[in-house]
Amino acid sequence: MLEQFLHIAAVAAFLKEYPFIATYVVPVAWIVVKILALILPLLIIMAYLTYAERKVLAAIQLRQGPMMVGPYGLLQAFADGIKLFSKETIIPSGADKTLFIIAPMITFALSLVAWAVIPVGGGLVLANINVGMLYLFAISSLGVYGIIVAGWASNSRYAFLGGLRSAAQMISYEVSMGFVIVAVMLATGSLNMTEIVTVHRPLWVTALLFPMFVIYVISALAETNRPPFDLPEGESELVGGYNVEYSAMTFALFFLGEYLNMILLSGVATILFLGGWLPPFGIHALAVVPGVLWFVLKVCFILFVFLWARGTLPRYRYDQLMRLGWKVFLPFTLVWVVIVAGALLYNHALPGQTLSGM
Amino acid sequence: MIEAIFFYLFSAILVLSALMVITAKNPVHAVLFLILAFFNAAALFVMLGAEFIAMTLVIVYVGAVAVLFLFVVMMLDINFAALRKGMKKHLPVGGAVGLLLLGELLWIYKSWTPSMFAEQSAASPMPEGVTNTHALGQVLYTQYLYPFETAGLILLVAMIGAITLTLRRRGDVRRQNVSDQVARNPKDVIKVVKVASGAGVEL
Repeated sequence: MLEQFLHIAAVAAFLKEYPFIATYVVPVAWIVVKILALILPLLIIMAYLTYAERKVLAAIQLRQGPMMVGPYGLLQAFADGIKLFSKETIIPSGADKTLFIIAPMITFALSLVAWAVIPVGGGLVLANINVGMLYLFAISSLGVYGIIVAGWASNSRYAFLGGLRSAAQMISYEVSMGFVIVAVMLATGSLNMTEIVTVHRPLWVTALLFPMFVIYVISALAETNRPPFDLPEGESELVGGYNVEYSAMTFALFFLGEYLNMILLSGVATILFLGGWLPPFGIHALAVVPGVLWFVLKVCFILFVFLWARGTLPRYRYDQLMRLGWKVFLPFTLVWVVIVAGALLYNHALPGQTLSGM
Repeated sequence: MIEAIFFYLFSAILVLSALMVITAKNPVHAVLFLILAFFNAAALFVMLGAEFIAMTLVIVYVGAVAVLFLFVVMMLDINFAALRKGMKKHLPVGGAVGLLLLGELLWIYKSWTPSMFAEQSAASPMPEGVTNTHALGQVLYTQYLYPFETAGLILLVAMIGAITLTLRRRGDVRRQNVSDQVARNPKDVIKVVKVASGAGVEL
């Protein structure tokens, strides 16, 4: 697209005169435009995710949900945003000021940079790198810092306890999540996000990976500190968890980060297990609908499961949470990785197996 | 030019944050600077084209090891004034040890000659047509399979050792056993008693 644009005669003449602009300014501006084209829709989806969450919870509890701001309450998310913007940022006197401000920024920035490798459609990806899955894993393992730093910098016991709980929880569930990813990597033979979607996956492999999908979604609930694993912000014992001292924009950044992380993990689940932007069940006639739309619909489906779980399940106790992560998910995923590898080897379906003649 | 700018940017941040690790007054800040240093080292690896090592560095060191550091350091109860008190007393000994180590390093640097295979192995290029991760995997799981598996076993032994050293069974704790709870039959544990008004119940 950029190349076509550059061929317009007047533009080309201008760029020839200023090679600096042609080699540095234009590509950088183009990258910024692409980033904005991804981030702006993402922020709008995030705003409506908060609206959808309240509506879904309301429907489960036989209430109306937000309905006063705009038609059907559709502008509620923006009203909340403006309210948070116009409030005063309070920094506790005993807090570590720099870290206190940086922590929400870390959370928010990390939930955005991870989107660089997510292909939302065929070829629609910011950075199509070879180690896309590892990059995502690295970024998501960094997410814990925003929370733990916030908990410590607040200089409050409640916030600190919330931060510690959250860190322990995220580390525990990352282990089983890593094994889930390993199983998918075994089946696809690539760490590139686009290839994971496009590599042909026989039906029996999909069936074999289904338990991993279930574990992934449950681990994603724990990773994002969502109910029923929202112990870090357990109101009943910790007041509000790691963000108890935060107000206004700093609080809003945590809030945005949490919801963006939910969308991110749903997007990763879509790519790993639900075929990304491809039409569902391999029905070619459905390809008339643009791939981006399929991607969004699949993400919305998983997001609905997130909201559904919040509306129906009671909160876990802390020792039950740890038991589930270490004593149920870890052994199960470990064994299942061996089973997946064995089944693939037995059926000569390991990627590259037929090529090297093993 | 762009690459040079980014190289100097990442290296400058790396060196500065490494300096801050040993000079920061607050140990939590020191650990956070250490994380920044790891992160910039990973960026330098990416610039070298070693993307797998870069990502592993972030996942293992930043995502796991440094979190544990941070955990420990945050929960330490440190009196900063008391820490800085002994500075004058310990400076001669500490300085002497530091200088000794520096001297040894310089001595090694002067008398060091590269092994005859070093040039050869440094010159072996990346295999054509495969990604970084693929090439590493092929070498690790074929040529160096036994050393690699041995390293894994050593780590496993270390892990089991750490667990056996710290695991203790406490008799005074009432533990929850989920399968016991699920296996309980309501008929065995619940008794429905009709109570006449004004009369007690024998249990």
